[in-house]
Amino acid sequence: MTAETNTRTIEIDVLRYDPDSGAPPRYQTYTVPFQHDTSVLVGLQYIKDHLDGTLTFRWSCRMAICGSCGTMINGIPQLSCHTFLRDYWPKKLRIDPLEHFPIIKDLAIDQTDFLNKLDSVKPYLIPKQEKPLSEGAYLQTPKQMEQYYNYSQCINCLLCYAACPQYGLTPTFTGPAALALLHRYNADSRDVGWTARSDVLNSEDGVWRCTLVGYCSEVCPKNVDPAHAINQNKVNSTLDYFGVLKLLSTVGLGK
Amino acid sequence: MQVITCDVVVVGGGGSGLRAAIAIAESDPKLTVALVSKVVPMRSHTVAAEGGAAGVIRGDDSLDNHFNDTVSGGDWLCDQDAVQYFVEHCVEELVQLEHWGCPWSRKDDGNINVRFFGGMTVQRTWFAADKSGFHILHTLFQTSIKYPGIQRYDEYFVADLILEDGRVRGVLAIEVATGEIVLFEAKAVILGTGGAGRVYRQNTNAGIVTGDGMGLAYRHGAKLRDMEFVQYHPTCLPGSGILMTEGCRGEGGILTNKDGYRYLQDYALGPLDPWPRPKAMELGPRDRLSQAFWHEDQKGNTFQTPLGSAVNLDLRHLGEKKILERLPLITEAARVFAGVDPVTDPIPVRPAVHYTMGGIYANMTETEVPGLFAAGECSSVGIHGANRLGSNSLVEIIVFGKVAGERAAAYARTVKDGSSAGVRQQAEESASRLLALLKNDKGERVAKLRDEMGDAMEAGVGIYRQASGMKTAIDKIAELRARYRAGIALDDHSRSFNTEWLTTIELGFMLEVAEAMAHSAYNRKESRGAHVRLDEYKTRDDEHFLQHSLATYTGEGPPAISYQPVTITKSQPRTRSYGGAGKQAVMT
Repeated sequence: MTAETNTRTIEIDVLRYDPDSGAPPRYQTYTVPFQHDTSVLVGLQYIKDHLDGTLTFRWSCRMAICGSCGTMINGIPQLSCHTFLRDYWPKKLRIDPLEHFPIIKDLAIDQTDFLNKLDSVKPYLIPKQEKPLSEGAYLQTPKQMEQYYNYSQCINCLLCYAACPQYGLTPTFTGPAALALLHRYNADSRDVGWTARSDVLNSEDGVWRCTLVGYCSEVCPKNVDPAHAINQNKVNSTLDYFGVLKLLSTVGLGK
Repeated sequence: MQVITCDVVVVGGGGSGLRAAIAIAESDPKLTVALVSKVVPMRSHTVAAEGGAAGVIRGDDSLDNHFNDTVSGGDWLCDQDAVQYFVEHCVEELVQLEHWGCPWSRKDDGNINVRFFGGMTVQRTWFAADKSGFHILHTLFQTSIKYPGIQRYDEYFVADLILEDGRVRGVLAIEVATGEIVLFEAKAVILGTGGAGRVYRQNTNAGIVTGDGMGLAYRHGAKLRDMEFVQYHPTCLPGSGILMTEGCRGEGGILTNKDGYRYLQDYALGPLDPWPRPKAMELGPRDRLSQAFWHEDQKGNTFQTPLGSAVNLDLRHLGEKKILERLPLITEAARVFAGVDPVTDPIPVRPAVHYTMGGIYANMTETEVPGLFAAGECSSVGIHGANRLGSNSLVEIIVFGKVAGERAAAYARTVKDGSSAGVRQQAEESASRLLALLKNDKGERVAKLRDEMGDAMEAGVGIYRQASGMKTAIDKIAELRARYRAGIALDDHSRSFNTEWLTTIELGFMLEVAEAMAHSAYNRKESRGAHVRLDEYKTRDDEHFLQHSLATYTGEGPPAISYQPVTITKSQPRTRSYGGAGKQAVMT
């Protein structure tokens, strides 16, 4: 246990940007004590509490489920609560705001573009017809659930957008998390919203913008595999173009 | 100052706030709803709830069972009319979530599956693996996008309520990104702001769970009820307090001490066999299990970790397949945050603060302030009593979130517009006070006071309490409030995304909520549910304390504590017991 109670120190370079001052972004170095179980987030909190109250970053659940604390850690998009200082010591580590998003202040980025894209995919169940609550739940077998379950695990942490080179080049791209969510509803046996969502899916900024780099799936902390969702939908989009999907869906296939 | 006018403001984008907003939009699409949240809704702490939500669907279960489990679980401090309404509406709301897409775990035939939870007579807990709160929150958030009447204000921090002519008239908020102060003028306000677990040092709660709504309502004359009842969840990671769901035990996990002994059998939760059994051993209620840990710790039967003493939560006998299927989130959390793989090793756990049973006193979500409604953990509608049963709160947020939405909508339709002059003037005065906090550079650091508060509450108002310890906590909180008034020095005086400023405002709420907790506890001279005393008040005293406590704000001084009768309809108080012979359970 001695190794675990030992306190060491590590240097952290953090990108600083204050929109009120108008000064260009710069790096600031902090020296932070840490133990075996100190996450990068706890390191940032140490700075905020004890060294510099101006350092700004988002966090909340500190257990990798709320999706607030994504940052670039040594250039890789990661959740700061889910990454540990021990893995970088004795070298320095560098923390930047998530790539491809405008910076509001320090590590806090502007998420508006993503939230608009989330809206655009109609991320809610579109049933064939409304079923009264008194009739109870829909039946859905574990096998049917498997078709979409993985894609329902997204915590909207935006790491995949920071990883996606296409989103960096073409910010109009709907992007990995939103397209994975679109697929989550399309693949749900209770949903018939394919047509309502097909404009977004089939458009140039839909699945066809993806060049299958796959880095989105690599950085995803929840193994959602947006790359798979998107490329599966290139097939669906093609079938749709040739009218095949409609034929398949009438006999219950295509989910 | 920017002014936004709407019919109803919903404060908080968690489960209760989202459900309320949807209820308003569905009951009257013409009403305008401002959903104001200090985080983007899917970051709200509902997201971290794990185990599930109670709803009677099995043939061998009944509403009476759910009622009786809840009332006895709450040690008869529940308002039984509220509990009755609650149990009658759970399933409807859970089905509604299913119709909106929530991926509840299923049986092979496609029907909803249910699992055991502590203190419940039969399997009643709907679950989505061990990410039930996550799926409920994302389902509600994504569904809310359908309704054009719901206008979201993400990352707007509500810092004050505005009352005029004896009724609520709006809220004052800080737009986090810019620091601009915005007045939302409204006919009705719903608080769905969650609990206050962060007033304690070691807790399962997200950083945002700072009692804002409780503080807001309390300052403006609403009473805080039953605040002494703070739930310690028995199975949390030492240090971080990260939750290992009760679902672990619902699926058959066991608790052992340093000798591998299932110690719960020594604390009126046994006998050990037949096992597993409902409402016995590891399927006992949270208050009793946390209390048992305390005794084991006193006896030296726990083991030391670098972050505090612990016992073992052992899942190994469930097998890898079941663990990964039913408990994937906590498996990953144990691996990453504790360095323990539950498939091969027991998880070290200890109790941590989890939930506030009390909150803003509300009769079916209506507070004493006209036009002000409260739902979910910030409220006390009376269903939890002195101890909440696991899986009742995730249904509470949807059942009473909907009630709050419908009632606020009805109220907003009847109430007339008032004059804006007084409202605007109050808003200006409140804004000046907020800006004074922002400019202050003399005094102490916010983290110092926050940590001292957390330690004082753990020490004095913890699992076990006594007069002397509670008095120490009371004095400490009063001192901290005085130091807070003397000034918190900020490093950051800028307007944009100033989280140091927001944290300082949150600390103001937390200190007042903590004070209400400590005084309510000190004055309850009995032991009931999660409030257990080591001094001369070791037993329940129905003659004097079968009553709700009420804390009334008095400004700089301590709260005034008064009492209010408990509504009892069909279950007369009797001895609250768990364990016993019971029948063996078949796990689903």
